Amino acid sequence: MTGSKILAFGGYQPDKVVTNDDLAEIVDTSDEWIRSRVGIESRRIAGPDETVADMAEAAGAKALAASGLTPASIDLVIVASCSSEVPIPNAAATVAHRLGIGAPAAYDLNAACAGFCYAVAAASDSVRAGSARHALVIGAEKMTTWIDWHDRSTCIIFADGAGAAVVGPTADGEPNGIGPVVWGSAGDQAEKIVITTDTHAIRQDGQAVFRWATTAMHPVALEACKRAGVSPSELSAFIPHQANLRIIEAIARKLGIPRERVADDIVHAGNTSSASIPLALSRMAEQGRLQPGTPALLLGFGAGLSYAAQVITVP
Amino acid sequence: MTDQEILAGLAEIIDEIAGVPADEVTPEKNFVEDLDIDSLSMVEIAVAAQDKFGVEIPDEQLKDLKTVQDVVTFVSKNS
Repeated sequence: MTGSKILAFGGYQPDKVVTNDDLAEIVDTSDEWIRSRVGIESRRIAGPDETVADMAEAAGAKALAASGLTPASIDLVIVASCSSEVPIPNAAATVAHRLGIGAPAAYDLNAACAGFCYAVAAASDSVRAGSARHALVIGAEKMTTWIDWHDRSTCIIFADGAGAAVVGPTADGEPNGIGPVVWGSAGDQAEKIVITTDTHAIRQDGQAVFRWATTAMHPVALEACKRAGVSPSELSAFIPHQANLRIIEAIARKLGIPRERVADDIVHAGNTSSASIPLALSRMAEQGRLQPGTPALLLGFGAGLSYAAQVITVP
Repeated sequence: MTDQEILAGLAEIIDEIAGVPADEVTPEKNFVEDLDIDSLSMVEIAVAAQDKFGVEIPDEQLKDLKTVQDVVTFVSKNS
């Protein structure tokens, strides 16, 4: 069977920066409180007319350019998102059209904050099975569409942005570059993170989600490493969903991964749900914190509750 | 397990998670007011306490456990 690998990344953040002090003018909070509870110093939010598809297009264009492929080489586009303004049309077909990708298979996927890892798994399997040659995988979110700016437990956390990756086949004899996905869900806890039909705003049971993430996710990460044949000490980078710096640190501690190898993009990006992992990957690549050819662990988790993890080879 | 042993185990956990020296963890101390421990650290302490003592402390219970003695008593009663 053909192997699959990630060829390139790309990220996009909107221009508008919102600091903790800005939020303290709207709700009863403070810079110190936000930094100590969630680790965010600032975040970016989209303009009023900027859509999920706009941000997905921007990130997708960067990943496509970085891959060196022509748009015509892409035959599958997947957009992971849980914050689309409307359910129809999907973002993927629009984004593909705008990027000049002719008539690819195109669909949106909603696994909330685990969405990017789900999309990478789906793209990888499609490439390996031969139903696609090259896939453009994008996580894009405008979380601020679904925020109650008077709810200080959520409006300080969520933000907007997009990140993308190009997935393609390995060359003959090249080792597989996307490890087996370990994924699942806990629907019995579905009510822990919801958008309610009356308020159209995200509500979450922060303590319960924190407990779940800090107790149930490191075994998922360990299983993904095991199935890829890599020990956590061999990982050059760990990119968990950027939910909360304290969750990130707790999981990294349990895996024994040193802090300098762990993505901390949340500090300046906030929680961008499915966009957080590819955004963090793009930033780490720009900062020279990723070493090509080495194994990196991705771990997505969030509303559903849904989760997924896989080890990738850094392009 | 005696209350004294539970207290000693709890003090170790609090030292590890919140960086509060074990000798400051005395029964009358209030987690929030005296030890500066927030709600997320309380969850971490509850999870570590479950591993150490085999007693589950659910989230809905946590808000009622305000002092070190409250946790010692809860663990003692439920172990």
